[in-house]
Amino acid sequence: MSVDVLSFARAIANGQIRVIDLTQTLSQDFPTIVLAPELGQCAPFRIEEVSRYDERGPAWYWNNISLGEHTGTHFDAPIHWISGKDLQNNAVDTIDVRKFIAPAVVIDCSNECAADPDFALTIPFVEAWEARHGKIEPGHWVLLRTDWSKQSFADYANLRDDGAHTPGPEPAVVKWLVEQRDVHGFGTETIGTDFGQGHHFNPPFPAHFYMHGKGRFGLQCLTNLDLLPPKGAVIIAAPLKIKQGSGSPLRVLALVS
Amino acid sequence: MTEPLVRPKRKNPLQRTRRPLSPQGIRSRTAHGLTAAAAEGRFALQVCEDCKTVIYPPRDCCPSCLSARLPFRDVSRGGALLAETTVHTSPEPYFRERMPWRVGTVKLDAGPVMVAHLHGDTREGDRVRLELKLDKSGSAVAIALPEQDTPNMADDPHLREMTCDPKFRRVLITDGRTPVGQAMAKAFADAGAAIVFVGVADAWKPFPGLDALRKIAPVEIVPLDVTDTESVTEQAEQNGARIDIVVNTAEHVRSGGIVDRHGLTVVREQIDVRYLGLVRLAQAFGPILRARGADGVNSAAAFVNLLSVHALMNWPAYGSYSAAEAACLSAAHCMRAELRPGGVKVMNVFFGPLETEWFQTVPPPKVAPAALARGVVRGLQQGVEDVFVGDIAEDIRARLAVNPKALEREMATS
Amino acid sequence: MAAGAKRKSYDGVVACLPVTIPYRRYSTNSAQWWLGRALRELCKRAKLHAADIDGLAVSSFTLGPDTAVGLTQHFGVSPRWLDHIPFGGASGIVALRRAARAVQSGDAEIVACIAGDTNHVDSFRKTLSTFSRFAQDAVYPYGSGGANASFALITKNYMNLYGAKREDFAKICIAQRDNALSIPHAMMKKKLTLDDYMTARPIADPIHLFDCVMPCAGAEGLLVCREDAAKALRLPYARILSTIERHNAYPSDPIQVRGGWAVDISDLWSMAGIKPDAVDFVQTYDDYPVIVMMQFEDLGFCKKGEGPDFVRSHTFTNDGSFPNNTSGGQLSVGQAGAGGGLLGLVEAVRQLTQQPLGSAVPDARNGVVSGFGMINYDRGLASGAAILARA
Repeated sequence: MSVDVLSFARAIANGQIRVIDLTQTLSQDFPTIVLAPELGQCAPFRIEEVSRYDERGPAWYWNNISLGEHTGTHFDAPIHWISGKDLQNNAVDTIDVRKFIAPAVVIDCSNECAADPDFALTIPFVEAWEARHGKIEPGHWVLLRTDWSKQSFADYANLRDDGAHTPGPEPAVVKWLVEQRDVHGFGTETIGTDFGQGHHFNPPFPAHFYMHGKGRFGLQCLTNLDLLPPKGAVIIAAPLKIKQGSGSPLRVLALVS
Repeated sequence: MTEPLVRPKRKNPLQRTRRPLSPQGIRSRTAHGLTAAAAEGRFALQVCEDCKTVIYPPRDCCPSCLSARLPFRDVSRGGALLAETTVHTSPEPYFRERMPWRVGTVKLDAGPVMVAHLHGDTREGDRVRLELKLDKSGSAVAIALPEQDTPNMADDPHLREMTCDPKFRRVLITDGRTPVGQAMAKAFADAGAAIVFVGVADAWKPFPGLDALRKIAPVEIVPLDVTDTESVTEQAEQNGARIDIVVNTAEHVRSGGIVDRHGLTVVREQIDVRYLGLVRLAQAFGPILRARGADGVNSAAAFVNLLSVHALMNWPAYGSYSAAEAACLSAAHCMRAELRPGGVKVMNVFFGPLETEWFQTVPPPKVAPAALARGVVRGLQQGVEDVFVGDIAEDIRARLAVNPKALEREMATS
Repeated sequence: MAAGAKRKSYDGVVACLPVTIPYRRYSTNSAQWWLGRALRELCKRAKLHAADIDGLAVSSFTLGPDTAVGLTQHFGVSPRWLDHIPFGGASGIVALRRAARAVQSGDAEIVACIAGDTNHVDSFRKTLSTFSRFAQDAVYPYGSGGANASFALITKNYMNLYGAKREDFAKICIAQRDNALSIPHAMMKKKLTLDDYMTARPIADPIHLFDCVMPCAGAEGLLVCREDAAKALRLPYARILSTIERHNAYPSDPIQVRGGWAVDISDLWSMAGIKPDAVDFVQTYDDYPVIVMMQFEDLGFCKKGEGPDFVRSHTFTNDGSFPNNTSGGQLSVGQAGAGGGLLGLVEAVRQLTQQPLGSAVPDARNGVVSGFGMINYDRGLASGAAILARA
């Protein structure tokens, strides 16, 4: 069967296919990942006016911006993690561009997270989801709907004396999603793809470890996941073509028919 | 007796803000020896190396022996007020709007006669003690104070013109996350500041000491991130018109040098927090401070730079940190020139290693944040421009004066 | 401190042709303009071409950036003797002394001594703020009261030490005003009463308004030449009996209570060959009345500290006892900058040549002229005096 790209475009234009923006606005005060202060830090988003119809440029307005590869809504490439460092085409500039468009399933654990910020996604939880919505097919993004993007910044980061307390996956479920469900990648609303206290897991930060170790991707700081169906959305997530980039801030769009 | 300053009433927003004026600040090059002494709160006059004559006004030739060797040395401050006058008319606009103004002739115990400003508690015939102060022009002048402290003497209108006393002034501490920022807030509250705005960046990031900070009566926590131009601009737009003293407590202390450092991230952060942060604050708050230099008894008074003494000489163990501090020192010199038309002082406070986590491995002596804060408040009360807090700061400064090259070599192994 | 060598007399040298360019409170003209008027007036009244005047002495504060050298080109004159004497209130006496010796030695035939300044609306403030390095460094930043504040301190100290009262200073000022009432170009033309004086607004305590001169624009001039030259020009002249000059005298006095006259006073009288009681009038330098009082003491008319009593025992008017500042002095005529340094000398020559502009001192034969100037830091540094006599 031949695919008609133009009718796809018409469906977008006439609203038959809805486009949902899953991206947070890049702003200076949006939380970025916090590490121990002696470690290297991800740069927050910063913006400096170059000119604004003034003596620095009379007829034009523009800014210089600076930010880290992992600032704001961003994409993680396999090269980001040590487990994926030797894979082929593992950086944002070398990833097969076809991989930037892929279907997604959305696992809703928003009620559980509202009750417990330390909610951890487990295999049984996903199996229960599959019992309701069907098996996760290969090549799908798994997006974790926690409604975390609706929190105040303080609750969003939820930093306490022992670090961040935000929901995320247990090691076993990540390994299982990669090996048993052959997922495309893992996406979250939180600052990282991993559980807030994920440094205590074995391996630490399993979403990074297993996903990137097998050449899968990550998306974080997503929003509007509550507007997506459990199945059937297509995600457009094309990172900037940064030479040997480990990730990139990007605009993430969901197409829903 | 000095009439105690009363807490200024809220400003009538419809009233015109008086534009700042200065006395004439032009001096001969030699006379700036007095400026150098006043900047540090010392009382130094020229003393002939050959005949020991104490000389004033500053000269290039000794009036006793024609020697040209006339260094400035600290001398006795005591003297007798021989005659006084109250000036009622002056062609100089600065003094015209501050009339009447008392001046007097003081015979110094050290020898020469000084025409000096008079504190209100001095009387003709009295013993007095002289101080060199920087007036609104930034140049040195002598003021005769009563020999013994008198009640509320800091509130004397002539003296207050030459100091940056925090009493009843509104202060911005730019970063309240650090022990230094928190000690500073307390010190300014204790010094009678009317409002102590304390900047906090990334309020979503909790930090120790926040609750204690909130309990200090005049403290108002405000969002401020010196690395974010928009945040600094917004804070200046919101509160700039009622901030009289800015104290930049934003710090970025990391050990490590230049050659033996892996990459630029830390260096860039240091430059961003310290140098660019200072520039952002200067651009956002500087023009408002300068415009408000004569805005009543709680006029804008000072911009305080906390600087590592290693701004003066690099300490390779904290090499890139020292370099960023040096950039701030240079910027401060520029800011002084730019803020001087408003009579606003830029006070540089140099300190050695602090009693904080980032100097954990450094042996004592170290400067407690509270001591640094006291040094800042005292410096403002004195109206000085350069303050050295702690033994290390004094040590570095003294060694620098003697032999900068020796100091450079010695810092490599310290 | 008397000099070792005996001072040579000024026999055969005279001062003549006193001219005044009428003062104005403010002028848009330059100092060059005012000095040019004075030189022209001298030439016109002596019926000389400028080229005939082969010596020129110039005093001015507001001539900058020019000096006397630049003025020669400005005026188109080629003098063989030239002096620039920026000595303020002492410049008249100093110019007279130097010119007299130049004429006596044959370095010049006829020396024109001119002194004057302009007064722009803002030039007073500018002159004050840049008056001297010490003033800039150590006086002007202190209230910027200028000479008023400096002399206020000197006056206050003098009052404390010697019991002078404001009423005593009033007497000096009031007498001078009386003398000025007949002077057409005087700035102050109204009689001054004790009440006016006492209730005047304070300027810098204890100095009040009528203790101060009024800065204005104007110029003064006269000629110094040999007696035979004056005769040939048919110019009435006065003889120069003696002169003195002293700078930075008594530097260890913590506040000025005496001027340099006191150092050389015995020379002044011995050279003149007369005693103080032979003097018919004095032209003291009157920037402030306390300095007038000091001059009565230091010029030998009374002892140090007796100034107040001396004042109380004379009228100082032209028709009374001890006429002082017979044209009203700067306190009434105005202070045309450095012109004030020549004013007393010009008036003395007028009185001694029987050509006063205003009221005459009856039968004036001997007069003392005194100059004082340059409050560099806390005191006037330059002082000088001359005794002139009717020919």
